[in-house]
Amino acid sequence: MPAIEVSDLVVRRGGKLVLDRISLTVAEGGVTGLLGPNGSGKTTLLRALVGAQRITSGSVRVLGRAAGHPVLRGQIGYTTQAASVYSDLTAEQNVRYHAALHHVPHSAVSAALRSVGLADEAHRLVRAMSGGQVNRVSLACALVGEPKLLLLDEPTVGLDPLLRRDLWEMFREQTDRHGVTLLVSSHVMDEAAHCDRLLLLRDGRLIAQDTPEALLSTTGGASMDDAFLRLVEKKEVPA
Amino acid sequence: MNPRLTFATAGRVLAQLRRDRRTIALVVVVPCVLLWLFKEVFHDQPIVFQFVAPAMLAMFPLLTMFLVTSVAMVRERTSGTLERLLTTPVGKADLVLGYALAFGALALVQALVATLVSLYLLGLNTPASVPVLILLAVGDAVLGAALGLGVSAMARNEFQAVQFMPAVILPQFLLSGLLTPTDQMAGWLNALSRIMPLRYGVEGMSRLTGSRTVSPTVWWDLMLVVGCAIIALAVGTATLRRKTS
Repeated sequence: MPAIEVSDLVVRRGGKLVLDRISLTVAEGGVTGLLGPNGSGKTTLLRALVGAQRITSGSVRVLGRAAGHPVLRGQIGYTTQAASVYSDLTAEQNVRYHAALHHVPHSAVSAALRSVGLADEAHRLVRAMSGGQVNRVSLACALVGEPKLLLLDEPTVGLDPLLRRDLWEMFREQTDRHGVTLLVSSHVMDEAAHCDRLLLLRDGRLIAQDTPEALLSTTGGASMDDAFLRLVEKKEVPA
Repeated sequence: MNPRLTFATAGRVLAQLRRDRRTIALVVVVPCVLLWLFKEVFHDQPIVFQFVAPAMLAMFPLLTMFLVTSVAMVRERTSGTLERLLTTPVGKADLVLGYALAFGALALVQALVATLVSLYLLGLNTPASVPVLILLAVGDAVLGAALGLGVSAMARNEFQAVQFMPAVILPQFLLSGLLTPTDQMAGWLNALSRIMPLRYGVEGMSRLTGSRTVSPTVWWDLMLVVGCAIIALAVGTATLRRKTS
């Protein structure tokens, strides 16, 4: 059973077509990158997967159920692009609240903080943290519920290369050790190298779904940016 | 709905409040100072204080909890934390009741302090029952929190939320019977005042301080205040949407 199955998904918002007949499948396990420029519909697609987005037509199935099914709320970890955490609480208090919502033991709180590298900052107020740290608090809130599926919207944006590397190692650990399926969005094409599979989105359309290697070889691109350009240009040449 | 999640939410809201000492101080101290000021202004007519102070004890919890809740909920909506919470196992009712519990606890402190100050420092006549008076004040507070919650759905930002205060609370104040007894109002105003929950809060307080026994009408007033709070909470819950466009 695939972790995610989307067919003919259309989302219109205020008359504007945001997602245009998206069909895709994400198998269980592994890291899938959802890549595309800003405004390509990545966030809307993730919101449709968690069931927060009203859709116009099509079907969205996650872990074998229709997106938004109450059971899924206990199985999905989701971080939004702007870290949705309480700035007037400490990192630990934020994560503890999410642990309570997911009914996991208290020990999971410090484990989650450790896995995002914030063990030493647990008792600092989120308000006093840097943007990168706030993002990681948000990530720890998503991890603490021991989800089967992690949907992360631009988790690495604005982080220094060292932290970015640590996060990708942590993502890898989640899939390898805990069997979590990860879907990570990014507007930075270079992040493709960390992914097992890629979904390329542009102007609300899915222009490719494949492994990074296959995309490079089929397009003949030298880099992922190059492959993306070639895909876009090919689409724009009238057949 | 799940009591564990309700209490987890109330605990989180209280943890946020505890960090905000200034808000707590304002909520607790300002009513006492205003009551004292009122007493001093009508120094030569002590009967006015005896008449107005009970109404103020009904008014303060409604007003402060309305403001605190509407701003807190607007913040939850605009910061994205609400949308995120609604993707977790927490129920909408857990969120709403968690807020009501947390602010109800704050209101309890406010009501206790304001009542004790009124009774022992400002010389308010002893009411028929102090616990019932506190209960009524907390009922008013939960009503205020519930109204604030409902209003937060219509406000896009904190500025708008605050501007709803005069729109929602002042008409209730004008028609509560404090300025003119409700039975002396024009018929349509009296009818309008009947659907204003604050009227019953003010009426109940006056009846409590004006007699030696808790009359059945006081319980009736209390039930109406709490009933309105429950309706407002239900409406507030309905404004939370898991799916948005």
